[in-house]
Amino acid sequence: MIIPKLAFRNMLGAGAKTWLNAVVLSMAFVAIIWSQGLYIGIDAEVSRAMIEAECGGGQYWVEGYDPFDPFTIQDAHRPLTGPLRTLVEKGQATPFLIVQGTIYPGGRIVPVLLKGIDPGQKLLSIPSSVLKTADNELPALIGARMSATSGLKKGDTVTVRWRDAKGTFDAKDLQIVEVMRTTVQSIDSGQIWLPLQTLQEMAGMPSEATIVVTEKNYGPAVPIPGWTFKNLDYLLDDIKSVIQAKTIGSSILYSILLFLAMLAIFNTQLLSIWRRRKEIGTMMALGFSRGKVIRLFTLEGALNGVLAALVGAVYGIPLLAYTATHGLGLPADQIDSFGIAISEKLYPTYSGALVIGTTILVFSITTIVSFMPTRKIAKLKPTDALRGKLT
Amino acid sequence: MENSILIKTVDLTKVYPMGGQSITALDSVSLTFRKGEFAGLVGPSGSGKTTLLNILGSLDAPTKGSAEVLGEKVETLSHKKAAALRNRHIGFIFQTFNLLPVYTAYENVEFPLLLLGLPPAARKKAVMDALDWVHLADRAKSRPNQLSGGQCQRVAIARAVVKKPSLILADEPTANLDAENSHHILHTMEDINRELRSTFIFATHDEKVIGHLRRKIVLVDGKVAKDEVIKAA
Repeated sequence: MIIPKLAFRNMLGAGAKTWLNAVVLSMAFVAIIWSQGLYIGIDAEVSRAMIEAECGGGQYWVEGYDPFDPFTIQDAHRPLTGPLRTLVEKGQATPFLIVQGTIYPGGRIVPVLLKGIDPGQKLLSIPSSVLKTADNELPALIGARMSATSGLKKGDTVTVRWRDAKGTFDAKDLQIVEVMRTTVQSIDSGQIWLPLQTLQEMAGMPSEATIVVTEKNYGPAVPIPGWTFKNLDYLLDDIKSVIQAKTIGSSILYSILLFLAMLAIFNTQLLSIWRRRKEIGTMMALGFSRGKVIRLFTLEGALNGVLAALVGAVYGIPLLAYTATHGLGLPADQIDSFGIAISEKLYPTYSGALVIGTTILVFSITTIVSFMPTRKIAKLKPTDALRGKLT
Repeated sequence: MENSILIKTVDLTKVYPMGGQSITALDSVSLTFRKGEFAGLVGPSGSGKTTLLNILGSLDAPTKGSAEVLGEKVETLSHKKAAALRNRHIGFIFQTFNLLPVYTAYENVEFPLLLLGLPPAARKKAVMDALDWVHLADRAKSRPNQLSGGQCQRVAIARAVVKKPSLILADEPTANLDAENSHHILHTMEDINRELRSTFIFATHDEKVIGHLRRKIVLVDGKVAKDEVIKAA
């Protein structure tokens, strides 16, 4: 216990230098936890929004359907049979039918995806119940982004043109019955939601669907001929890749901070060994072995990490707690530029694993950086050290 | 045990390489020191006083010959064993005091006892006793920069004697002190020598110190030129 005790005394005895190192290191400490927590929070929020609005517990896709290949959509429909029909009837899944179409708002031609959804479905957060209407009009639901790009508003009527299963073009007027606000762009941009049965009739695809969304926590997936199950790992992969890319981007910032802190500690250690060489000699004369001196100096440096954690806790805990509860506001016009389903407020998530992991990382790096300069001591002769020489 | 041999050197030689040449700091020094001696290595600068003191303190190893200190052959000691020998049995007093600057006088004196692993109560008593011997108990909480040179050297003496070592090695202990402080410190060391029966060996060319020695060993160019008992114990 003597070495920790002496290291603590020496560290506090070093005064301003110790505090300066601790403050710089604490900034890196807090920055790592804050930025990682922010991206963990975004990941959790985006995943939750995607699951609630679009993915459910996974999706069955008609074989050959590829959302990124428009040429596959025309043939991507199939009758619901067997286990899929049972799932839908039990309310454990809801089908979508996807048909390509064109609308003509204000004399412009706008290609869209017509998506049929069951107005009675409760699995997804899409407000499909607005599509239950007794009117003869064709009710349609669009998102705010679609509204902005097409200029369509609630109550507007627009002509829609589509091609049915036999390749015949047809057209009809639809009426926007609701404009929904959603953070999930993939259920909004370029899409018009129609009652499923109506779209099936329009397209000549009775009881058919392109996608069947299962309820949350669905599984294990039953293999169904003609359909491919896409689990959440697959469906959220793109989003997670985007978040990972942004996480790496942010890590550059805190890596620089961490590097500066480590440079300061390395430099302090090096100077400390140079300045205190007589002290090292004295310690050796009093009975400290070289190994003990090395351990003492390494621990002194490593204690910077402990002090940084304490200093960081003083301002970091209130700061992180505030952002976790009140969120971080984003300018409304920049939300879509992220390319992922984030809301106007981001709520960072700070887990125990994140804090412990960051602490271990900072302590490990600090200890290594503190140890490196002490290797000089291993070569130091006590007589040289007492004379103030550093061999 | 009163006259038991504490240190025995036989043909002790130390050669330092210096560029392409070598300098002989000690040349076949054979000496014996007994328990309770108050002896001094005297001679001009470069005569090998400090080199001999360093070897006797197991801080350095001889190039040739042997130095047996408290039953341990210095030339064969590992770094760890040498450190243990110094820790348990040898006290050092340096010309420039060499107090640890961030520690108080109390903590400086306590340092060797921490290494020995003494329990806190025993440690506290020993530190306060040592500070009492050097009349600095009231400055226990002062840091070295709050003490005068004489007071610093008295703290260094307390640190050297606190573990009641068999051997105390003092390298020019009065070189940075005025006459009054030197006189006071030498009296303190004489008192401790009488009370603890520790062997004191000085390296000095200060006449004030030489006047207090009971045995004087004159070194010239690394050789023993004279070894004489000045006063009886």
